[in-house]
Amino acid sequence: MKTLTLAAAALALTAGLSSAQTIRMGTEGAYPPYNFIDDATGQVTGFEIELGNALCERAGLECTWVRNDWDSIIPNLVSGNYDTIMAGMNINEDRKQVIQFTQPYTPPMPSAYAALSPDVDVENGVVAAQTNTIQAGHVAQTGATLLEFPTPDETIAAVRNGEADAVFADKDFLAPIVAESNGQLVWVEGFDTVPMGEGIGMGLRQSDNELRETFDAQITAMKEDGSLNELIRKWFGEDALVFE
Amino acid sequence: MFSYCSDPSQLEGLVWMSCYLTSGTHLLFYASFGTVFLLLALTAPAALALGYAGALASRSQIAPLRWFGKTYTSMVRGIPDILFFLFVPIALDQGLEWVRHQFLCDSGTPVRQGNDFVVCPAAKLPLNNAAEWVHNTYNLTLAIIAFAVVFGAFAANVLYGAMQAVPRAQLETAEAYGMTPRQVMRRILVPQMWIYALPGLSNLWMILIKATPLLFILGIEDVVYWARELGGAKTSAFSYPHPDWRLYYFLALLVFYLLMTAISERVLARVTRRLSRGQATLGGEALRREAAA
Repeated sequence: MKTLTLAAAALALTAGLSSAQTIRMGTEGAYPPYNFIDDATGQVTGFEIELGNALCERAGLECTWVRNDWDSIIPNLVSGNYDTIMAGMNINEDRKQVIQFTQPYTPPMPSAYAALSPDVDVENGVVAAQTNTIQAGHVAQTGATLLEFPTPDETIAAVRNGEADAVFADKDFLAPIVAESNGQLVWVEGFDTVPMGEGIGMGLRQSDNELRETFDAQITAMKEDGSLNELIRKWFGEDALVFE
Repeated sequence: MFSYCSDPSQLEGLVWMSCYLTSGTHLLFYASFGTVFLLLALTAPAALALGYAGALASRSQIAPLRWFGKTYTSMVRGIPDILFFLFVPIALDQGLEWVRHQFLCDSGTPVRQGNDFVVCPAAKLPLNNAAEWVHNTYNLTLAIIAFAVVFGAFAANVLYGAMQAVPRAQLETAEAYGMTPRQVMRRILVPQMWIYALPGLSNLWMILIKATPLLFILGIEDVVYWARELGGAKTSAFSYPHPDWRLYYFLALLVFYLLMTAISERVLARVTRRLSRGQATLGGEALRREAAA
């Protein structure tokens, strides 16, 4: 009887512990409007931060955000520094070898080429892209010379200072930059909407099935009640691609 | 920070700049200079202590201790710093978590599951629900250990050389007075060796200052991280949009590091003068002449 009560007490204690666990959400914090550092407060903000917080709230989880460089964002997830990745990461086969994804929380977002003039030859020129992105993979497969950078911001700077002929990235990331460049940056003709990837998903460790199921269920719920589409429109504009 | 900063889009010129330079991200940038100072303040004594222990071990009469000292200095000095900085924190972190996993969890579950390194929540270091500053302190501590191990090996070699450089005549005289080896060491060798060690140690200090941006590689948000982050072009998604200003931020860092090394050089010159007093060296001789004149 005594051992039984002890066991029960231990169980209650550990159960209490596990439910109080904080989920650490990894993000890059350098990819507006997906995720970036709010310069007024110094905290991360953006589409994915708001979505992640909403998902956590619905699932009754306590979540904190952790910034990590894009380069090491997958290795540090796998070694347990944080539990999820929400960093504009497209779901693809190569990444699925190492981590697992929830269902996509955005429709497949198009990518685009931006350059100093609309007639740049993006299939034979020099194209800048961020390291380890599906865009970098795509450029490597075309005849273009790939110029990789660790941060998205540096890919834009490379085009501005003439180091690269064009930059290839998510269109939603490039759109505000092109719009606010006073005509310096323009879309490359015929390459302003390139379909890419399966959509952006939340990355998790392959052994974390329980957590994936939790977030998957909440994403489904947010898709069904339209709140996910609302968030997408808020951050990417009224004519953004949304779920049916 | 200031009350008039609530709507930065309405501001212009100097007022805008005063708000910009006191924004949340800039305050974090300024705080990251503190991280650099903290790293220097803790690494330098730790590396010196490790170096002293390493030098003593290398001179030891006990063979295994001597082998350990020699292996430590030659191995660490032979491996690229960056490799060590990448290796030590990961190895320490996973090693500690593995040990905790064995004691705090049902050790039935393997730590390695496919690609994943998984320990139970109770074995996490720091715990998942620990405050952010605990995580930051933990990461910085791992970095300081890595720095101390690397710079300790160099310091060990410098101190070992300095101990060899103390004139044999000084030690013989002490022995003639009947001092035990331990007394010779404490009263004659150690007080005299510092002047020989100083050029090497001051070099190490300069290299340590210049090596602090390696924190960036360890994922710690140091001055370089913030300079790159703040300098990058900002669209109107941000409160303070601006074009690519990385040049100015890196320029500021350049000035900061130059100032740091310039101040260090002055301090080290004074220390050299202080330590030369009464020594059987050229510097000591010069001081004697100065005093006599």
